[in-house]
Amino acid sequence: MIRRWFPHPLLSALLLLIWLLLKQSLAPGTILLGALLGIALARMYDLLRPPRARVHNFHLLGVLFVRVTLDIFRSNLAVARIILARNRSLNSGFVAIPLDLTDRHGLAVLACIITSTPGTIWVSYDSSANILLIHVLDLADEQVWIDTIKQRYERLLLGIFQ
Amino acid sequence: MNHLDALPPWAAILVAIFVLLGALFAFIGSLGLLRLKNFYQRVHAPTLGTTLGTFFMLAASITCSTVLHARPIYYEILIGVFLTLTTPITLMLLVRAALYRDREEGSLDVPHNRPGE
Repeated sequence: MIRRWFPHPLLSALLLLIWLLLKQSLAPGTILLGALLGIALARMYDLLRPPRARVHNFHLLGVLFVRVTLDIFRSNLAVARIILARNRSLNSGFVAIPLDLTDRHGLAVLACIITSTPGTIWVSYDSSANILLIHVLDLADEQVWIDTIKQRYERLLLGIFQ
Repeated sequence: MNHLDALPPWAAILVAIFVLLGALFAFIGSLGLLRLKNFYQRVHAPTLGTTLGTFFMLAASITCSTVLHARPIYYEILIGVFLTLTTPITLMLLVRAALYRDREEGSLDVPHNRPGE
């Protein structure tokens, strides 16, 4: 019964949070409308039959957030330096990374991380071989990038989603 | 001039610094679009505008409205959240389209599905 009315409790809670943020108020009416919206939209989302997301470890989610924020700052500066540098020979290229992560939500978060970090882009993902192809702007050593992605992000995502 | 006159000088300076920093990162990103050499390098550049560029703009907006209304206003955070969630979709679409075209043309600069094929 509860599953029927709250198929995605986390999504409902997030939608309520977004609604409260938008309205910038904690009045009972706002909370009620936000809760109704959260429940209704989550039920609608369930019609798409999405794979269920399981977040096992909220603490790791915080660690990941801080790490990604710092990395985004650092790589912004690195890419800005590359763009402003004169006549620098730039060695960019593709890197194929064998992944252990198969959870679709984990992969979606990894896609957001990789594309949001300047200097790396998610190119394609081969789900049968579980190989991710990314493009790196300043590529010195492929193995370094494979290790970075796997150690810094994939290990945390495995702990959170799988 | 307008309601911005109500802003105390320290806040005005802080907001100005944030706006300039945001504009600077967005500008460097656009400059990269011009200066980098091939398509795959160029798609990296605009992410500067969508990350730190947006971050500083939002920080400026949050500071400005918070000081003006004398209460915390921070719903701009949502812009950052939605931007982070949606940029990968556009970028992936562009990059995959380019990769598809290059593979069809048999370009040697891009990796193919099966090496050596």
